[in-house]
Amino acid sequence: MMDHEESRYNFEPPSPREEMETLPLADGPLAAVPVDGSGGGDPLLHPLQFDSPFSFSSSSPTRTSSFAEPPSNAKGVSLQATESPKGSIHLSPRRKSGEDSDYLKITVSDPQKELESTVSLVPGAGTFVSYLITTRTRASDLSGSPQEFSVRRRFRDVVTLADRIAESYRGFVIPPRPDKSVVESQVMHKQEFVEQRRSALEKYLYKLAEHPVIGKSDELRVFLQAAGKFPLPATTDMASRVLDGAVRLPKQFFSSGEAGSGYVAAPQDVVQPAKGGRDLLRMFKELKQSVANDWGGAKPSVVEEDKTYLERKERVLELEQHLSTASQQAEALVKAQQDMSETMGELGLAFLKLGKFESEEFVCDSQRIRAADYKHLATAAVRASRAYRESNSLAMKHLDKLHEYYGLMLAVHHAFSDRASALVTLQTLLSDLSSLRLREEKLEAASSKIFGSERTRSRKLEELKETIIVTEDAKSIAFKEYERIKENNKSELDRLDKERHEDFLAMIKGYIVNQAGYAEKIAGVWTQVAGETNRYANGTD
Amino acid sequence: MISTQRTFSGSSPSQSPRSPSGQPFLSVSVTDPVKLGNGVQAYISYRVMSKTNMPEYQGQEKIVIRRYSDFVWLRDRLADKFKGIFIPPLPEKSAVEKFRFSAEFIEMRRQALDVFINRVASHTELKQSEDLRIFLQEDEETMERTRSQETGIFKKKPSEFMQIFKEVQSKVSDVVLGKEKPVEESSPEYEKLKHYIFELEDHLAEAQKQAFRLVKRHRELGQSLSDFGKAIKLLGACEGESLGKAFSELGSKSEMISMKLQKEAHNLLMNFEEPLKDYVRAVQSIKVTMTDRANAFRQHYELAETIRLKEINLDKLTLMRSDRAGEAEIEFRELKTESEEATRRYETIVKLMNEELARFQEQKTAELGLAFHEFAKGQAKLSHDIADAWRSLLPKLGVSS
Repeated sequence: MMDHEESRYNFEPPSPREEMETLPLADGPLAAVPVDGSGGGDPLLHPLQFDSPFSFSSSSPTRTSSFAEPPSNAKGVSLQATESPKGSIHLSPRRKSGEDSDYLKITVSDPQKELESTVSLVPGAGTFVSYLITTRTRASDLSGSPQEFSVRRRFRDVVTLADRIAESYRGFVIPPRPDKSVVESQVMHKQEFVEQRRSALEKYLYKLAEHPVIGKSDELRVFLQAAGKFPLPATTDMASRVLDGAVRLPKQFFSSGEAGSGYVAAPQDVVQPAKGGRDLLRMFKELKQSVANDWGGAKPSVVEEDKTYLERKERVLELEQHLSTASQQAEALVKAQQDMSETMGELGLAFLKLGKFESEEFVCDSQRIRAADYKHLATAAVRASRAYRESNSLAMKHLDKLHEYYGLMLAVHHAFSDRASALVTLQTLLSDLSSLRLREEKLEAASSKIFGSERTRSRKLEELKETIIVTEDAKSIAFKEYERIKENNKSELDRLDKERHEDFLAMIKGYIVNQAGYAEKIAGVWTQVAGETNRYANGTD
Repeated sequence: MISTQRTFSGSSPSQSPRSPSGQPFLSVSVTDPVKLGNGVQAYISYRVMSKTNMPEYQGQEKIVIRRYSDFVWLRDRLADKFKGIFIPPLPEKSAVEKFRFSAEFIEMRRQALDVFINRVASHTELKQSEDLRIFLQEDEETMERTRSQETGIFKKKPSEFMQIFKEVQSKVSDVVLGKEKPVEESSPEYEKLKHYIFELEDHLAEAQKQAFRLVKRHRELGQSLSDFGKAIKLLGACEGESLGKAFSELGSKSEMISMKLQKEAHNLLMNFEEPLKDYVRAVQSIKVTMTDRANAFRQHYELAETIRLKEINLDKLTLMRSDRAGEAEIEFRELKTESEEATRRYETIVKLMNEELARFQEQKTAELGLAFHEFAKGQAKLSHDIADAWRSLLPKLGVSS
């Protein structure tokens, strides 16, 4: 990490990559400038994906220094952070990796209803809720003081952010984003729902910022710092944006030779999985490949052979199963403790009423004494009930870690499937290549034997050779991508294991200390009553 | 196991028999529940052992076998003969069939029966009952015969029959004469007492309900903690090294604490919830006495009214020198005796009730105080044990406690 910062301070002429990184952002005084054709309108489409995950991270100082104006002065955005009622989340390091985060504090607050700029036919669908997001970044040596940013974002922007991160960080265990609501327009404006969402957003952004790699991503930075509308489009799949997948097909039909022979995957497309994109033909081919993988026939030339990976995956699945059970039982436990607290409280209340009743209606001494006994017991029961309740809400916070890590399992599955789909892409290209080469051989063999129609044949051969070259390129890119994702998988699983170990150990300790402390407190309450009623014991104590 | 720890007025069950010249002494215990019979007719029998120095009793020690319906018979006989005295309450018949033979139910019932018979045996008046002697000493066949005899309505003695008839008669005449509301005594003190008893029952029932729920909560918490412990141990098995060990310790301790919770649940049931339930039953028994008192009052009052009218009539006849004067005189004298008896019965009940009330209040304070003591002790021990259990884990996790 440190090395990178130093290289930036060397003031070398920025490499093309760095130039792209320091692109000013779209909107307002910071207009987007597309650098190459494939960049389109997306300021962030740069060759980040082709390098190892840790090398492209850049620190804030360089970025901010290249902007025309610091985003914090961008028009219309209020700098006053309205403190959310629940308090903002500080990225105080609960573990070492948190210390490296660029962000000190992220707050989500002030939900506002806003009108859509486009009129919709559906009534009630013309409004959405936006949230004020305030960020304080870590002080850097260069600028000397921490910077504050305030932006307005809506939930759709968060979805975009999550999608973009998923595209850019294949193989990573990416913190899952808050759920969309199933019934959008009706539920959206209810106070409770908005508050839940606000809190969930805050936690999500915090998790992203804490991630050693994603926390330094451009996507997150743009989300948190770019003033005005969130500038990122939903996906980097340029081809699918410029041309609908359906529109592509006719082109393929026009190419000569076998169906689909003229179609070539543009090299940079292979860094994204075919599935979910709009490239129908590529999807079809890769599907064919996976079926071929599953149902036998020729073994593909590159397979998932890494035993360590497979074993690890097994262990992860086992962990997931046990996490699920533990998470459920923890919930049941918390509920049982809650019930205990409530019933103890109601018992105390019943005795309080009894005590009051006896002391109001007494005619003899023993009633008066009994009334006092009732009161003592009632007070103790109420105190115990309170202690149970407090202890329980703390226990809930501790045991929440189980739920959290169970929730993360989905992200782990995504990371695994990133790897699987990258492998399928590679396998597809390899089998393409082998069939192309076969045709090349046939054509070359034919040209030495058959005379006539040489011009068409040689043209075909040339086209074929070109196709082979392009496919070769795509293959090496796909291979690099696959290797990169494998690396990401491994380092992420390592990181996850380490963090999980630390977090669970802390959870256990916290839970035990909490339970012990409150148990002692409750014991004290009852010991006192036992002393007060000691005179009733008939000498058997 | 915890034997009855309630305090009673009178002798404690463990005293050895004194010489005949000492206080009449009677100690009883109910033990050894045994299931007898088959199918629908199956029932539980109990071993009832008594030691005494009272001359009415044959011999100093006796052991008999009794069942729940025998206790019910005894209670009914005592209620019939000792109006004005708060008859000690019996545990309820079981409403739910499948509970009848659960170990817990049987133990609770045994304990309650033991408490019942001891209270009867310690009560200065009740212990003199011949029915009690029959219950404690007669052999099983005699007991069964006696019990079935007395429960038929047609076996009632003629005088009792007449009494029922008269009560019905007076009710009918009330209605006929337009006196819908039955006559009640209306002293402000007694009113206050009635109000107190009725409200007390409500409050106690609520407390008992919560106590029973608390028992359930202990059991539920114990169960979840045990399930949690198991799940945590499984989780620990697939994490390794220090975390795996930590999870394993957490799981084991959870299971251990779960067992303590179950034990405390049982303790709560027997030594806290049962005494509260017993208190509720005792209050209900007082209400029965109050009904007896109301009946006795009404009889006394009505007979007094009747006497008044008859006297006027008699004087009239005497003045008229009628032949019927002699007859009327005899009738009058008979009624007067009855009326005096009714008044006496009523006054006895009032006197007994006052004595009983004083004793009841003291007894209850003592019994409840003990129950509270046991409750607090049990809860304190449970929480202490839990705290110790958790603390013992901390050094293993590298935390200084």
